Amino acid sequence: MSIELQHIKKTYANGEEVLTDINATIEDGQFYILVGASGSGKSTILNAVAGFLPIDSGQVIINDQDVTTLPPKNRHLSMVFQNYALMPNLTVSENIVFGLSARHVSKEIKAKKLREALSLVHLEDYQDKRPGNLSGGQRQRVSLARALVSEAKIVLMDEPLSNLDAKLRAEMRKEIRTLQQQLGLTVIYVTHDQTEAMTMGDQVMLLNQGKIEQVGAPLELYNHPVNTFVADFFGSPAINLLSVEIDQNKLTLSNGITLQLNGPIKSGSYQIGIRPENVVLTPTGRFSGVIAQIEPLGDGTNIAIDMKLPNLIRIKLNEQTSLKLGDSVTFDILNTKAMIFNSDGQRMTIGKESLVVS
Amino acid sequence: MMISQARHQAQQSQAKVKATKPKYRQGVLGFLLLLPSVLVLGVFVFYPMVKTLWLSTQLTDLAGHPIKFIGLRNFRNLILSDSFITSFTVTVVFVVFTTFLTIIISYMLAIFASQRIRGIAVFRTIFSSTMGVSVTVASILWLFIFNPQIGLLSKLLSQLHLPPINWLSDPIWSLVAIIGTTVWMNLGFAFLVLLGAIQAISEDLYRVADLDGASKLLRLRKITLPATKPTTFFVTVVTLINAFQTFGQVDILTAGGPDYHTNLLVYAIYQDAFVNHSVGRASAQSVILTLIIMLCTVIQFRVNKRRADKNAK
Repeated sequence: MSIELQHIKKTYANGEEVLTDINATIEDGQFYILVGASGSGKSTILNAVAGFLPIDSGQVIINDQDVTTLPPKNRHLSMVFQNYALMPNLTVSENIVFGLSARHVSKEIKAKKLREALSLVHLEDYQDKRPGNLSGGQRQRVSLARALVSEAKIVLMDEPLSNLDAKLRAEMRKEIRTLQQQLGLTVIYVTHDQTEAMTMGDQVMLLNQGKIEQVGAPLELYNHPVNTFVADFFGSPAINLLSVEIDQNKLTLSNGITLQLNGPIKSGSYQIGIRPENVVLTPTGRFSGVIAQIEPLGDGTNIAIDMKLPNLIRIKLNEQTSLKLGDSVTFDILNTKAMIFNSDGQRMTIGKESLVVS
Repeated sequence: MMISQARHQAQQSQAKVKATKPKYRQGVLGFLLLLPSVLVLGVFVFYPMVKTLWLSTQLTDLAGHPIKFIGLRNFRNLILSDSFITSFTVTVVFVVFTTFLTIIISYMLAIFASQRIRGIAVFRTIFSSTMGVSVTVASILWLFIFNPQIGLLSKLLSQLHLPPINWLSDPIWSLVAIIGTTVWMNLGFAFLVLLGAIQAISEDLYRVADLDGASKLLRLRKITLPATKPTTFFVTVVTLINAFQTFGQVDILTAGGPDYHTNLLVYAIYQDAFVNHSVGRASAQSVILTLIIMLCTVIQFRVNKRRADKNAK
């Protein structure tokens, strides 16, 4: 059950381009994540795959069959919605088998599938309740069960966890991922949440204003972002992006501090990116500054240091700290982990390796 | 220490002031706030209501002055009079058909107008436009349409080579004409409210139905109808109560005739009170009408409460 999107374009009547040339290959059994801020076009892609939204050009191919013009029911997929989309007047069971009723499936098969689906989502005790009497998490489980019972091997999920509280969300993340692997489902999952994208996806597509910024495995996007947008989107606290001037191998920060590069690079303005976990507090550090923010997390501490640059330097410590606001500290960066972007925000490499600052 | 003690005392004395003084003040304020509506309701609703109830037990003279207490005899006379039985029966028939047709037609229009088609807004405006037409204007408009010589309907019938119908002088057709006019006038409001209810249904529900190819009928039965049930019920009750109070159409189109066949209750009350000058009899009918409408309202409250309870569970 693979899905292929070829050159999909969509423009609204007012001339606003919502999707510009979207290409993607989603393989059988993959957990594919569409992530981006609101308005990035991720839900539009999902609706195009489902067939709810006609596209202007391009093709949607499911299992080698061009379904671009087919109605939703002939695409054999199921969907989970952010607001659960349960019929309030039907019981949990009736909601789950709604699609089977519409497809005129026999009673015995319906009952059997219902039992299976209920046990998959652990809702056996709730089958006669109405959605109004369930909690958000339970409702989303019902919605999940309804998607599973259709036996469509492709499940589209449109921000299914966004209405749940943080703790439940973390639980459901694991549960959905487990179900997907257990049943071998192909899932396209829309979210705006980078944690969901990182933790659940096999492949992640990061979208920005209707364009693909980067596609790849979650760690690929995190470790090798192609531009500053991708680098900045993933990671919390966000990556430190600093404007620098480079002259051959000499790199100058805007506060006058200079560093040496491992190779020469065309002179000009660049940005370097350093993840907060790649900055370490050390007495022998080459940089110094004053602590401007402290966020104790219990298992670690996020701090921000003012070193007379336009931005504060964010650091992620893995331990609790006795440091206080206003304390002076010295720190250093892990040389090999720095990234460099040109003035357009595109990632640069020097030779095979990325930039090494020493 | 001292400061905190002082503060504590101050808080305590403040609390005391709050507890005693405003209680009395609140009572006065509350009464003052209620006064305007108590006055208006008292003069225009409660007083006439009590007076009507009292008049319904009196024998009255031609000027409407009570002469003598006669108990429930006005009611007994009513039940024994053919004209009342006719007008009561006609009213029930009228109310049932008017309500039923209003709901069915406006629901169909609302479903049609809730679709996403280009230019559908024009239809929405047209369908809801009867809301802005007054009873008098609408009645006169339909008076022309029903005119046996120049009316639109008569022309239509003759075009189709059908025998002419005396819309406003035939006992059955005149009731049909009144029902038709009333339904037409009711459509605007009922349509608008139902359209609102249908449009408030989450689009995702229909998408779920789309994915499984659910038929139009199944969507209507499992999604649209249940979701709009409370609104439909509300519109039904409002239409029902309005239908019981119909007056203007009857006055302009048929004046209750022929032979009391469109003599709806409110019109009969008006006739008895201000044309036949039997205020006692009119009051008795008013009391009966009030009881019927009260019953409708009580049922509505009960149903709503039951639904609220069910949802709370």
